[in-house]
Amino acid sequence: MQILRLTILRLLTTLVTLAGVAVIVFFVIRVVPGNPIAMMLPPGATEADIARLSALYGLDQPLVTQFGIWLGGVVQGDFGTSITTRQPVLDLVLGRLPATLELSIMALVMAVIIGGAAALIGTRGRGTRTEGAVDVANGMALSVPDFLWGLVLMLVLGVLFPVFHISGRVTPSLDLPFVTNFYLFESLVRLRFDLWADLVAHMFMPALALAIPLAAVIGQLLKQSLKETMNLDYVTLARTKGYGETHVILREALRNAVLPTLTLVGVQFTFLIGGTVIIERLFSYEGLGNMAIDAVINRDLPLIQGIVILFAVIFTAVNLIVDLAYAVLNPRLRHA
Amino acid sequence: MLRRRAGLRLWLSALWLAALVLAALLAPWISPRDPLTQDLFLARLPPFWVAGTEPGYLLGTDSLGRDVLSRILHGARVALLVALVAGGITCLIGATFGLLAGFLRGWVDMVISRLIDIWMAFPPVLFSILLIAVLGPSLTSIIIAIVVIDWTRFARVVRAEAMAQGAMDYVASARVAGRGRIGTMLREILPNVLPTVVVLLTLEMGIAVIVEAILSFVNLSISTDDPTWGGMISEGRTSIYQAWWVLVFPLIALFLTVLAFSQLGEGLKDRFDPVLR
Amino acid sequence: MSFLAIRNLSVRLKNGPALLRRVSLDVAPGEVRGLVGESGAGKSMIGKAVLGILPPSVQITEGEILLDGTDLLSLPAKESRRRIGASCALIPQDPLTALNPSHRIGPQITDRLVDILGWTRAAADARARDLLTEVQIADPARVLRSYPHELSGGMRQRILIASAFAAEPKLIVADEPTTALDVTVQKQILRLIAGMQARHGTALLFVTHDLGVVSKVCQQLSVLYSGLVVEDSTVADFFASPRHPYSAALLAATPKYTDPDAGLHPVPDAVIDAVRAEVAAFDRTLAKGVKTHG
Repeated sequence: MQILRLTILRLLTTLVTLAGVAVIVFFVIRVVPGNPIAMMLPPGATEADIARLSALYGLDQPLVTQFGIWLGGVVQGDFGTSITTRQPVLDLVLGRLPATLELSIMALVMAVIIGGAAALIGTRGRGTRTEGAVDVANGMALSVPDFLWGLVLMLVLGVLFPVFHISGRVTPSLDLPFVTNFYLFESLVRLRFDLWADLVAHMFMPALALAIPLAAVIGQLLKQSLKETMNLDYVTLARTKGYGETHVILREALRNAVLPTLTLVGVQFTFLIGGTVIIERLFSYEGLGNMAIDAVINRDLPLIQGIVILFAVIFTAVNLIVDLAYAVLNPRLRHA
Repeated sequence: MLRRRAGLRLWLSALWLAALVLAALLAPWISPRDPLTQDLFLARLPPFWVAGTEPGYLLGTDSLGRDVLSRILHGARVALLVALVAGGITCLIGATFGLLAGFLRGWVDMVISRLIDIWMAFPPVLFSILLIAVLGPSLTSIIIAIVVIDWTRFARVVRAEAMAQGAMDYVASARVAGRGRIGTMLREILPNVLPTVVVLLTLEMGIAVIVEAILSFVNLSISTDDPTWGGMISEGRTSIYQAWWVLVFPLIALFLTVLAFSQLGEGLKDRFDPVLR
Repeated sequence: MSFLAIRNLSVRLKNGPALLRRVSLDVAPGEVRGLVGESGAGKSMIGKAVLGILPPSVQITEGEILLDGTDLLSLPAKESRRRIGASCALIPQDPLTALNPSHRIGPQITDRLVDILGWTRAAADARARDLLTEVQIADPARVLRSYPHELSGGMRQRILIASAFAAEPKLIVADEPTTALDVTVQKQILRLIAGMQARHGTALLFVTHDLGVVSKVCQQLSVLYSGLVVEDSTVADFFASPRHPYSAALLAATPKYTDPDAGLHPVPDAVIDAVRAEVAAFDRTLAKGVKTHG
């Protein structure tokens, strides 16, 4: 009951936020200098040609009218037509979304594994040099953003020791049997482990670059709350029962320590998704972010709008999911 | 032991940044070459310790034969300028909004908080690229983009801090003593949130350096000819297999600068916060 | 032979003051020993040392803790933990924080029986139901399925007592088990612990600051001041004629259930000064390296 009320309340604030995003994006990009229509036409085109094409894309209407038409379309799932490729924005965006989602989720999984391991190792060796080393590594990882980690990884694991591919999502010469764009997932379902390995070899470095700062956040927060939890009475009681230290950390302390970490990790995960824009560019990974930068460079207004709105939807959805997960994981809220 | 390590971190960061400021100021005089002069006969010379280089090009040359070291030194000017100006303006605007929201509360807080929420729903890198596209690539555009995007960093933290301080007794007694709302805010609250603001400012300067590099990397910064670290990295990325030094040296400069700003910020945080120490 | 024998146990804060000063004491099988003293006297520290749960900020500087004849301090950490787990248990002070909020009650009692002692799940579950009945919980099946926050403080303390007796330990350390409870509940819990102890024949190390409680539950007692055992005798002897002036003053300061209007006599300053001087003298002889027997 409480969870339902919480959900409805959060959905409402989310809608307000999304509406704000839509308004800002629409009006900001209408100020873009350089007429996109003129760029589409061959050099010999006349003023009349430009006017005709502008009318076709609705760009000759007043701004408010344009906004009304666009918003009306958006509500019905029509985000307009891309100016550069002349394909529906929704199709383009949804076609690229799986690549970005797979990358983000891969990065999240890596961050949880690395950060979780760092927190556990640091807690296990608290007060010793091990903890100091974990702290220093966390501090470094946190100080430097994903873009720079990406470059460092590219140099070390792509050029110096060429273990992974430095560009693209999949080796172009491979024959892809996929029907969806969730390549990584579908390759597993089809038991094509050769393709899966190729995808991972492409995805590994961008995902790791995105994961490093988040792993540091998880490592730091989780270690902090684990250490606090380890001093609580029920953990002490578990020790007297003859359990080993690792068991005590995992079984008694971890679950209660995860809760405070979770909320912050949610916010940090949206930062990670935002980071995909530049990381995809760096590794020439064919996802949403890479398409977004091309769209900006080409002044493809409808496409930019569509991508930014989609990112905003993903951001707010992640926050929503985290809030609900918190409520579900906390027995006190669940049974209240 | 822990104190000493923290102190060392602070000093090393300050030392690197001081050296960088000097390099930026003196770049026209200490650079061995002109950063813009191209010479295709001297293209892709390796750094000094590798065989087959020309003397006088310490860190090698890029694919157009421009001296890498000179371009890094001149690039420091752009990086630091953006750090100082963008960081400073962002700080001023963000902290003011945060202070107003946190201390005045009411509808001011409601409006500012909702704005922050909306801002948080934008992917920052995409937002900055979008703004640069709108404003046209230039140094001013980069600074405006950073201010427009990052003011929320200050606003959020300062708002929370001002709210916490506003609930304290000394603020109430200042009000009882007859000080006005704005007066209380400036004389009682501001000095107490200032340490936080200084820490955030230091961190923001590091972020500004990175944002400039990222925008240069996607060719949306100032003209591609002008030496910027991000532009050099972007160029180095394309010739990564033929001339690694074009990518590596500006990357090292960028890495150390970002690390220094953030370590300086963290070190200051420890200094200011007796509980953390 | 005593089941637990502590010999010359000294504990200090790392780079700080001594917390226990050459403490020696014995607990025979099935016997109840009270550890009495003001807060900070080190009585809880003894219990923690026995169970191997001293906080990381303190260190043991000398002494032996013999459990069934084996010195725990000379064993590798893993082995001593195993032995403690197999033969000892703790009844903690604060029932509100001593149960894990994210696990149900059932597993918190039964898991160690299955994981460590190798019981079958069914046997452990049956045991938990029996124990809850024994500690007078009305609906054991429902309580076993509950989360801690759904139960009252008194109820949780009953569960913790049941859990302590679950594996039939030889020794239980009760660390001020009634201090955090309502006065009305305190008596019931005390009676419960005494009854359980008598039925199961478990040795008990009972940490308390309340001499009234000691007279009801214990056979032996040690009085501590500043980590020094100033008196070690049977409860009967102690209440008849305390030997040490400090413990005599402590006894005089305790309200009597038989005569609640008798008025209280706080421990006189002269007695405090004398016992402080005794602690200081003890430290001096230690520093000189002269062996004493405490």
